[in-house]
Amino acid sequence: MPNDTVLAWLLAVVQTLLFIGAAPLLAGWIKRVKCHMQNRAAPSLIQPYRDLAKLFRKELVLAENASWLFRATPYIVFAALVLAAATVPLIALSSPTAAIADVIVLVGFFALARFFLALAGLDIGTAFGGMGSSREMTIASLSEPAMLMAVFTLALTAHTTNLSEAIEHNLAAGLVLRPSFLFALLGLTMVAIAECGRIPIDNPATHLELTMVHEAMVLEYAGRNLALLEWAGQIKLMIYGVLIANIFWPWGIAETLDAAALGVGVVAIAAKLTGLGILLVVWETVIAKMRLFRVPQFLGFAFLLALLGMLTQVILETGT
Amino acid sequence: MTSLWLLLAIALFGTALLALIGHLPYAGRVSVIISAAKVAASLWLAYGVLEHGPLLSAGKLFFVDAFNVYLIVLTTFVGFTTAIFSHRYMAHEADVRGLGHRRMRLYHSMYHAFLFAMLAALVANNLGILWVAMEGATLATVLLVSIYRTPESVEAAWKYFVLCGVGIAQALFGTVLLYFAAEQVIPNRDDALLWTVLYATAGSLDPTVLTLAFVFLLIGYGTKVGLVPLHNWLPDAHSEGPTPMSAILSGLLLNVALYALVRVKMLVDGSLGTNLAGHLLMGFGLVSFMAAGLFLHRQRDIKRMFSYSSIEHMGLMTFAFGIGGTLATFGALLHMTVHSLAKSALFVTAGHVSQVAGTQRIERIRGLIRTQPALGWSLLIGTVALAGFPPFGLFASEFLVLTATINSWPWLALPLLVGLSIAFAGLFRHLQPMVYGEPPPGQTPVRVNLLPVLAHMVLLLWLGLAMPGFLADWFKQATVLITGSWDTDELL
Amino acid sequence: MDLAKLSLSDQAVIASAALILFTSFIMLAQARIRPLIYAFAWQGVLLALITALVALVSGQSHLYISAALTLGLKAFLIPWMLHRLAVRLNVQHEVEPLANPSILLLIGSALVIFSYYVSVPIVQFSTLVIRNTVAVSVAVVLLGMLVMVARDKAIAQVVGFMSIENGLFFAAVVSTYGMPMVVELGIAFDVLVAAVLFGVFFFQIRASIDSLDVSRLNRLREIDE
Repeated sequence: MPNDTVLAWLLAVVQTLLFIGAAPLLAGWIKRVKCHMQNRAAPSLIQPYRDLAKLFRKELVLAENASWLFRATPYIVFAALVLAAATVPLIALSSPTAAIADVIVLVGFFALARFFLALAGLDIGTAFGGMGSSREMTIASLSEPAMLMAVFTLALTAHTTNLSEAIEHNLAAGLVLRPSFLFALLGLTMVAIAECGRIPIDNPATHLELTMVHEAMVLEYAGRNLALLEWAGQIKLMIYGVLIANIFWPWGIAETLDAAALGVGVVAIAAKLTGLGILLVVWETVIAKMRLFRVPQFLGFAFLLALLGMLTQVILETGT
Repeated sequence: MTSLWLLLAIALFGTALLALIGHLPYAGRVSVIISAAKVAASLWLAYGVLEHGPLLSAGKLFFVDAFNVYLIVLTTFVGFTTAIFSHRYMAHEADVRGLGHRRMRLYHSMYHAFLFAMLAALVANNLGILWVAMEGATLATVLLVSIYRTPESVEAAWKYFVLCGVGIAQALFGTVLLYFAAEQVIPNRDDALLWTVLYATAGSLDPTVLTLAFVFLLIGYGTKVGLVPLHNWLPDAHSEGPTPMSAILSGLLLNVALYALVRVKMLVDGSLGTNLAGHLLMGFGLVSFMAAGLFLHRQRDIKRMFSYSSIEHMGLMTFAFGIGGTLATFGALLHMTVHSLAKSALFVTAGHVSQVAGTQRIERIRGLIRTQPALGWSLLIGTVALAGFPPFGLFASEFLVLTATINSWPWLALPLLVGLSIAFAGLFRHLQPMVYGEPPPGQTPVRVNLLPVLAHMVLLLWLGLAMPGFLADWFKQATVLITGSWDTDELL
Repeated sequence: MDLAKLSLSDQAVIASAALILFTSFIMLAQARIRPLIYAFAWQGVLLALITALVALVSGQSHLYISAALTLGLKAFLIPWMLHRLAVRLNVQHEVEPLANPSILLLIGSALVIFSYYVSVPIVQFSTLVIRNTVAVSVAVVLLGMLVMVARDKAIAQVVGFMSIENGLFFAAVVSTYGMPMVVELGIAFDVLVAAVLFGVFFFQIRASIDSLDVSRLNRLREIDE
């Protein structure tokens, strides 16, 4: 038995490492597909790794008035997201981290990371940092209720907020036409788009002062600090991708810890993320960036979708 | 049976014929003849029902009993007298307001389409068909309200359309609920909305669902009755449309909507065994009665004033039907009749008055009794009758309702009396200068046909002084139908 | 009730019911005229789909006729008429500024919850597996009324009006397998006539106030001053 436990923990660690290791790859894939889509010369798939490596090698420059908060933030954010990644089942379900794999914990890690990032943005005292922080918090205050609402819809169906168990439940139920899942999926996707700073909320590729949100907060960072923050951002995108993929299409995830199942799990998640990446690119290509003032409407709609999911869950799927 | 089919066929034929020839000079006369034929057919039908009892058509589509047959006769009669009035009135309007051929065809055709819808609603045995006919009545009249194409009339028609449409949609939902409740206990699905079947099985219908259904039906048909606060469309539609429309809307449509409500109440009473429906009707009726009486005072348009008076009287009837019991129901039925007669006569008069004065604004209508004495006297006597003075029929019916109230709800007699006097004061403060004031220069008489007014007044007088035996018997039968008994103790 | 234990067609009915609710919300918040009409058309399509599915499951063949009628009338004819009118009145690209769409959507959600409570007594007496959709049908009716209250453009109000009709028809289908055929035909006739009359009114309203903004129809007051 102890042997099994060690193996399981080992697998959990490997899974987390794989998660954070693969995150830049997903970012690279999205960038590449986007370039193809827009008829531009595409960078290599591993370009994000090269960028990170370059940043890590660079000299660390800090603003003169930076406090400990500013210096600590990249590590806190990165750690929070790594821990968050550890809770999300990537290729296998029954890992020992499943016990803490709770959605509310996940949301808590995100909130922690965002809190420090916003503080760091204010810490330097530049105009852009403060502006970015205030925008980020505005978006967060709207997107968090929507996300929780969507998550609760899933939890109502599965009777648990534990991610691992919820996925297991969905896997066991088979293909059911659940309208609440459809609404939750749409709501969660919209939240993911807003949280990860994708079009139409924020454009990760530009530093246009009037519109930038996330980039404004991290404007003062350089060297390995910046590398950590960029990497954290990539992990966050990956977490959302994996969440959406594994909750709504759980098929293929490994339920046992044998080699064959794990192999299938790796292939399955790779395929799902590849597909999601393409969808994201198509979406970002056809949609235009929206004015900041319309963001509340966008997120209000996401909230409405999540709420509708909850209502249909209660009214139509549970009923009296 | 033949009489029923004949009646409906005449109404449909009139609609079709006048759609073709409505613009010709003699169209008004044709309309009168068709309406007279309807009266004859309805009397034949009434004779048959009174002699041989309720009539159920083959296929159970139509059902005529003592309750609706008297409304059928009333409908065709008021339709007939209003057609007489409308003949000359609309010819005058066509000249003055420049109504073209198409609009005259529309008017005459839709006049009969409306009557057809009313008759269909009355004779329908299927509560779904009743709904369809009620909605049909709105659709038939909505274009007539906007026939003058003034901004006000278009607005009134739009309000009428939208508010009545939304209101009556609630009634459809109530009907669906009723069907839902009935379908659980009635084996044949196609029978589950038939009044005759429903009434027989009312006791076994589920009370909760039926209560819910009644609330929706009350809102739906209550909108058509013009119960406050669902009345907003009524004064607008009455005041902006051509006057014959106002006369038949007030005299007939409101009655038929109330008829539908009373039918539903009979069902719900049978199922619930409590007087919940009655209490709701009483509440809505009393609120409408009081509120409309107050609104009367603030009107500046003669037709609007009379339409608020309609709301007031419909409130009183709703209240009386809500009390239930022999006396109140008898009073309500009588009041339905006499109010129809008085109100349509008054709208006819008001139509002519506004032609004389060239306006519907009360403050510019002055000294009618000097300009055109016949019209002035009609207005005066009509309003006196409407306000419930003896010896007219409204006195008798209001007296009955009041007595019934004192018997069963003594403390409600006070608001009733207060309401009656408020309405009375409201009518007379506007009436007095219109009739007796100094006529403005240039006010000249117009050619009028006061035959309908005269006929209605004579009937009102007759009903008020000595109710003919056959009519009393008729009301008695209807009362027995609605309340289930004839309690002679109450009549003492 | 366990959704997974229902047959696929029952699941499809429930999923379509949820989508109908969604189209009602779109009608509430969609400021542009053309997508508004499309949302209404989609609601008609979904309604016809549900009716056909219910017919399939229950074996009530008269519902196929209702489904065809709904598809023809609510999904094609009336939206087409509205669209043509919008083009003829040159308002198809108009945008109606909504004062506060988020509040509107929240009120809408509150109405959904309210209709759930209203329909509990009905649902309890039904034996149909899809009985829970009754709450959605009530919600569609109430949301249609909210559209009529909240929106000023005549076309939007008509869409609201027609979606009330949709909700009623929906209620009839899912609670009692539809009304008797003769009633249903009568209702369809009324709806068609109403649609035509609304078209006539668009022109009359525009001729009288030079706009289709019915909030400007405000000459008549309860109390004449």
